[in-house]
Amino acid sequence: MTAISTEADHLVRAVNVTKSFGTNEVLKGIDLAVDAKEVVCLLGPSGSGKTTFLRLINQMELLTGGRIWVGGELIGIEDRNGKLYVRKDKDIARQRSRIGMVFQRFNLFPHMTALENVMEAPVKVKRQSKADVRKEALELLDMVGLADRARYYPSQLSGGQQQRVAIARALAMKPELMLFDEPTSALDPELVGEVLGVMRDLAQEGTTMIVVTHEMGFAREVADRVVFMDQGVVVEEGPPNEVLLSPKEERTKSFLRRVKQQAEAEAAHDEELAHILEEVAD
Amino acid sequence: MTTTTEARPAVSDDRPGLIHAKPVRHPGRWVAIAVIAVLTLMFLNMVIFNPAFNWPLVFQAMNQSPVIEGFWKGTILVTILSMIFGVAVGVVLAVMRLSDNPVLKGVSWVYTWFFRAIPRYVLLTIMGALGVLFTTGLAIGVPFDWKIIQWLGLSGDWRIATFDANAIFVGLIGGVIGLAASEAAYMAEIARAGILSVDRGQMEAAQALGMSRGKAMRRIVLPQAMRVIVPPTGNETIAMLKDTSLLLAIPVTTELFFQLQAIGARTFQVFPILVAATLYYLIASSILMVGQAYLEKRFGRGFGTQVSEDKEKAAKGLAAGSAK
Repeated sequence: MTAISTEADHLVRAVNVTKSFGTNEVLKGIDLAVDAKEVVCLLGPSGSGKTTFLRLINQMELLTGGRIWVGGELIGIEDRNGKLYVRKDKDIARQRSRIGMVFQRFNLFPHMTALENVMEAPVKVKRQSKADVRKEALELLDMVGLADRARYYPSQLSGGQQQRVAIARALAMKPELMLFDEPTSALDPELVGEVLGVMRDLAQEGTTMIVVTHEMGFAREVADRVVFMDQGVVVEEGPPNEVLLSPKEERTKSFLRRVKQQAEAEAAHDEELAHILEEVAD
Repeated sequence: MTTTTEARPAVSDDRPGLIHAKPVRHPGRWVAIAVIAVLTLMFLNMVIFNPAFNWPLVFQAMNQSPVIEGFWKGTILVTILSMIFGVAVGVVLAVMRLSDNPVLKGVSWVYTWFFRAIPRYVLLTIMGALGVLFTTGLAIGVPFDWKIIQWLGLSGDWRIATFDANAIFVGLIGGVIGLAASEAAYMAEIARAGILSVDRGQMEAAQALGMSRGKAMRRIVLPQAMRVIVPPTGNETIAMLKDTSLLLAIPVTTELFFQLQAIGARTFQVFPILVAATLYYLIASSILMVGQAYLEKRFGRGFGTQVSEDKEKAAKGLAAGSAK
């Protein structure tokens, strides 16, 4: 086996990543490199393997083939003198603590207040002093616009607020990389904006982000690069304006057509609503 | 009207206002109340005037020092200790049952199968007889040391300490071991249901933050599982309180019911003694119910309509402020 060298300027590097669940091959050889401070959006129809790929990076699943490096370190396995060993749980936990993850369903800890959610990992995993962590946690909650909700339990917060707390919770570990798994898909439409706003701020501050999303507007505006996936392979990638406005591949084109049709249908619906409201106002 | 706001339309004859209707009559309720009142009177009459109750003896029996000692040691202490060990072992069994290791899974299943099958009375009787198996006592040391020593042609033993088996299996310790072992089998199922009730995303989120499986289990999953575990555990505790009366099978004599019955046998007054026992168990389980209510509130944090500490404090502060 020839050793694959990692280029230091890539924070994340995936080479020929495959993943099978039983006989079902979900990923069929993904290659992807993400540089530090880069924002990459993964787009594609549902079932294309975007979420699975994200979960592999954070070792929610173990990859079947290929390699993933984060910060120059192999994920999930260890190369000792040319032999591969599965990493120990403790080692995996250490690697995970360097990666922040935001889930579609927020997954806040319901028995803890917003502040306790944010403080939990730095106190219990990094063993930092409670007083320091509290100060930082309050700053993070302030950053996501929820300083006044620190003492609330998740059940007392709206979906958008919960997701912003979840982002603050992930940031509290000062991760080198943030993964977002469809962070706005479970939200009511009017709450999507506040979460995307926080993510936009993070991108501007230079956070490295990999975002699985269906929000084309966000991808176009914030991403440095978009990656279009379909049926377990990367179909096309490049700057958002190229891929989204003048796609080369037929599959990308047809996906974007479908998204456009949907958006148009929604827009038509909105327009109709606006028209009715206008008439009422007259 | 004093409560009308400026936006409220006026009430007139053809636009009726507040409803002043007669409520529906419930004659059945009054019949039920009458019947229950009569039955209650009959019951009170029996309790107060029936000489078999012999109330002075009831309270006298309840006040005897062996009875009080039996209550605190044999009933309360054994209940608490059995439940503590039962819950601890039960949670471990549940975690084993849910682990990926087929051996641990199997051991947990066999344990539950065995101890759920044996009636507690039979189990406690067996505890009392276990001394027969260990006539030379129970020792801590190298397993099979006598065999190894024999093979090596040495003499002596490799044991750190030896205990008298009868001292362990007989008496209150034996009672706690037996009841806790039985309880663990039931608690394992309750804890398993509790752990399974917690969304899988909780474990994933905790691990994504860098927590180990164990830490995520202790800090995130189990506290949430407690919400489901506490109510049936309260029932188990009350059942345990009553099952301490089975300690007599070991036999343990420092136990409430045994001591009361002893008084009954001496005085030939059986019924007042049973009343005394009933009162003791009623009082003890009432106290446990209060404890259960507190635990349910504690582990229900963040669920349902409960307000956060801050709001509670604010409300208290407000109340205190208005009291001044």
